[in-house]
Amino acid sequence: MTDRNTLSHLDLETPEKPFLDANELVINMGPQHPATHGVLRVILRLDGEKVLGLECVIGYLHRGVEKIGENRTYTMFNPYVDRMDYVAAVSNGLGYCEAVEKLLHVEAPPRAQHVRVILTELNRIASHQLWLGTHALDIGAITPLFYTFRDREEILKIFEKYCGARLTTHAFRIGGLQYETYNGFEREVTNFLDFFRPKIDEYEELLTTNRIWVERTKGVGKISAEDCIALGVTGPVLRASGVKWDLRKAQPYANYKDFDFEIPIGQNGDTYDRYLVRMVEMRQSVRIIEQALAALPEGPIMAKVPKVMKPAPGEVYHSIEAPKGELGYFIVSDGSTQPYRVRVRPPSFVNLQALDLMCRGQLVADVIAVIGTLDIVLGEVDR
Amino acid sequence: MPDETKSPSPPTPQGDSQPSAEQPAVPGGVKATPSGSVQGDVKTPSEKAAAPPSKPAAAPAKAPVPTPTPWDSPMIAKLKRMYGSGLEPLTYAGQNYMIVDSSMIPEILQVLRNEEQFDYCVDITAVHYPKREKQFDIVWVLYSFPRNERIRVKTQIADGAKLASSVPIWATANWLEREVFDMFGIQFEGHPDLKRILLPDGWKGHPLRKDYGILQQDNEWVQINLGIESGQ
Repeated sequence: MTDRNTLSHLDLETPEKPFLDANELVINMGPQHPATHGVLRVILRLDGEKVLGLECVIGYLHRGVEKIGENRTYTMFNPYVDRMDYVAAVSNGLGYCEAVEKLLHVEAPPRAQHVRVILTELNRIASHQLWLGTHALDIGAITPLFYTFRDREEILKIFEKYCGARLTTHAFRIGGLQYETYNGFEREVTNFLDFFRPKIDEYEELLTTNRIWVERTKGVGKISAEDCIALGVTGPVLRASGVKWDLRKAQPYANYKDFDFEIPIGQNGDTYDRYLVRMVEMRQSVRIIEQALAALPEGPIMAKVPKVMKPAPGEVYHSIEAPKGELGYFIVSDGSTQPYRVRVRPPSFVNLQALDLMCRGQLVADVIAVIGTLDIVLGEVDR
Repeated sequence: MPDETKSPSPPTPQGDSQPSAEQPAVPGGVKATPSGSVQGDVKTPSEKAAAPPSKPAAAPAKAPVPTPTPWDSPMIAKLKRMYGSGLEPLTYAGQNYMIVDSSMIPEILQVLRNEEQFDYCVDITAVHYPKREKQFDIVWVLYSFPRNERIRVKTQIADGAKLASSVPIWATANWLEREVFDMFGIQFEGHPDLKRILLPDGWKGHPLRKDYGILQQDNEWVQINLGIESGQ
């Protein structure tokens, strides 16, 4: 400790330095900041209010999920994957279950596939609703948050009735489903769709032509298709830049190839286009669920899988279109009951890498908008 | 890959019901042996009889131990001409991958990106085999938008060996390689900023190595920075 009565040590060390270097300013944002959607720390390099560049510091939520996976059996690891992208836990579970099924050379029966699609698409809607509410809140529109959370509740109620949990659902099992749908499941999902269709219009009425919303999002955080591909960015961000690519169409998994739906794309790759793409995606999810409900077959919900799973030695990579982009699992089996290696390819982690590029030349307030539009979940970034 | 999805469900009910209806007649005529061994004998031929018809649709459906089979394509033929025996193309569970000698990695990745249109580097990761001489598998998952094709490139390197960074080829490799460095301690030469990404800067050890126990942690770091005895 320096003696308080003497001059400050700072003054003694740098007597020549000007009072403030006005050209460049380094500012720390987060990790504890509501607009970072978790614990994301961003170090901003600024020229006045303009962003010259930034660096993300991540890992605050690192729990070593991949290491845990190596030390649990295939079945035991299943609930852990829900804790990565905890607003889209159903998608995480689908990707993991399908990857292990591939390793075991089994396939879930048709009824299980349909129920999986219904729940996954419901989860996509819930994930987009949460994104919309918080993203709009960051930018200054408070009302959408109340609307989306009110409606998301209906989806969570269906999840809770189906498997007992609202967020970390553990809805699927390797080989199919543990639970048959409850009485009235189809009616409740249909009711939800009828209830929800006009609600999307309601969200759009609040925002799509709202002058403040348009001014804050149009031309903000632009990224070109080439940059998206070079940076490995996937999901709605890639589509908003004009690349018509969705794993549900490109390399169909589950039984997505049986359903008719469109892939929305944007033109400008800005925050406004990404907003529009996700709005259309919610409508398309409604279409998929409708078709899956109409064609819901009877039959078993579980394939024949051994109680003690020992997949033959080998490795597979399986990926699905999660609400945030390509979610992949690379699993190596050595023939024992535990995976030798589980690697998760998280969409949020890879998409976040584009933040630097997207924010350059923007204003500080736009950094908040861009973090929101990337739709990251730090549980998945850090794993 | 798409034809693999539908096939397993239809053949199984047939395969189960038909042979089992026929089979009891055959061993029944043979008689004698205790029931346990008869069942064991019956099951295997019936499965073998059921397997061949379903084979064209579902590749490794019921084979006792599925193993990787060679993978051939025009691209592979071309690469084989260029690189010869340093390249082993295989396919497993409908997924194609190639094992490449580590000395050829920078060149092959460049060729795949520039000539074969694998423009999207999906993932880079590693697997640790401590008992092997070359301890690490490094895996690149690549995807091509124009071809809608996914492949994996795999190589083996020894502990302490260095690999050329693929950041100049795919910008996304930046964070992916940093994570491999953080978790496995593998050095990528030419990486613009190779430092830890998920763990704190001063952390000791690389947790995804097999010799790093699940309960193990950098106690010193925890004590200094968190002011507690242990994080467990």
